[in-house]
Amino acid sequence: MIYLDNAATSWPKPPEVKEAMVRFMEEIGANPGRSGHLLSIEAARIIYETRETLSTLFNVKDPSRIVFTQNATESINLALKGLLRPGDHVITSSMEHNSVMRPLRDLEKKGVELSVVPCSPKGELDLRDIEKKIQSRTRMIVLNHASNVTGTLLPVREAGRMAREHDLLFLVDAAQTAGAYPIDMESDGIDLLAFTGHKSLYGPQGTGGLVIGERIHEKEMIPLKQGGTGSRSEFEEQPDFLPDRFESGTPNAVGIAGLLAGVRFVLKRGVEPIRRNESHLIEKLIEGFKDIPQITLYGPGEVKDRIATLSFNIEHLSPSEVASLLEEEFGILCRPGLHCAPSAHRTIGTFPKGTVRFSLSYFTSDGEVKQSIVAVRHLLHQKG
Amino acid sequence: MVYGVILFPSTYFALRAEKKSKEKGLSVRLIPVPRHLSSDCGVCLRIPWEEMEAIHSLLKEEKVKMEGIHLLE
Repeated sequence: MIYLDNAATSWPKPPEVKEAMVRFMEEIGANPGRSGHLLSIEAARIIYETRETLSTLFNVKDPSRIVFTQNATESINLALKGLLRPGDHVITSSMEHNSVMRPLRDLEKKGVELSVVPCSPKGELDLRDIEKKIQSRTRMIVLNHASNVTGTLLPVREAGRMAREHDLLFLVDAAQTAGAYPIDMESDGIDLLAFTGHKSLYGPQGTGGLVIGERIHEKEMIPLKQGGTGSRSEFEEQPDFLPDRFESGTPNAVGIAGLLAGVRFVLKRGVEPIRRNESHLIEKLIEGFKDIPQITLYGPGEVKDRIATLSFNIEHLSPSEVASLLEEEFGILCRPGLHCAPSAHRTIGTFPKGTVRFSLSYFTSDGEVKQSIVAVRHLLHQKG
Repeated sequence: MVYGVILFPSTYFALRAEKKSKEKGLSVRLIPVPRHLSSDCGVCLRIPWEEMEAIHSLLKEEKVKMEGIHLLE
């Protein structure tokens, strides 16, 4: 079996992720920071360490500014719904995932004005098009760091600079890049960083977070939910300080224990070496496909402009046919269709049919890339 | 030995206080908040009273939010 669906959830994980989760279940297991006993403190310590370790990864000065969520979707919802008010204007790109588009369309109905800036058929964004849309009521720019459809990297650092120049907030959806591409809250000029644990951070599903930059006053940001935090229990009002303001209810502590092991793995290997490894793999994949006339490749051809996610289509075959043939005959698991990003598919001209997506990870081998190329060639031969 | 405790607004700050103090080799311990000091759930940091001043200034430097210092009777 060859697993090429890492952009949805990375698999396999480093063995230490499972070990950390087993250790949590067997030896700790308690509710973090609620009760004050030994095991409760130990569970809270793991969550604290995860905040600090993520701070190292993303260059966050104050770890309390990282709040845990279930995934990038929840983080994006928190940032958008917590900060945007009727009358505000927000700018995003046409390459966004529905995790951004759907909350924005919902806010639009509630009086937030939305501008969606078109990208090129390769998914590239010209920042001048963003700048043209900036007006007096513009409050925020929202961009994905890399597309989950085409793998195209957006110019986050330049956009961050532009946002600062115009005194706008900048929200980055790093679902596809956190752990696989360098991210620096300071030098990238990011105010809000939404990340998920279960992709390139190699944690389990149900983990993620939002980094809330220093330019944001947490009291102005409305929580998605209120409830028990283990702090200020004598009051019936939600605490107004970080991280508790946005972390009501018992967290996914066993998941966070796994996430900690995943982030430590990433830091040990180094984001740059991971990036080089994945770039090498995706380059091989693109090389293997690019001379086949029946195959259309999407996204940038240069690996420096992309991450290790590749969308393609085969002439006369639907993406779902290709995916099921690849699974049945060659044991290749990938994802066909629209990838929860209809706007991105409209941008690259593949709506409503979609594409076949191969997404790699640090654990994908050269051999698996070669076998996948051979498999696709076989398929063409059979069907041609 | 005479002990004191520092209370914090949240577990995050209690954990940060413990870590920063231990890094300096100070003998601290997280304990459940004594009921007579606060009705809050959660933990506080127990410290030998003689080290209180040193730890207090260290935690201020490390931007740890504190809610009160009490002598443990």
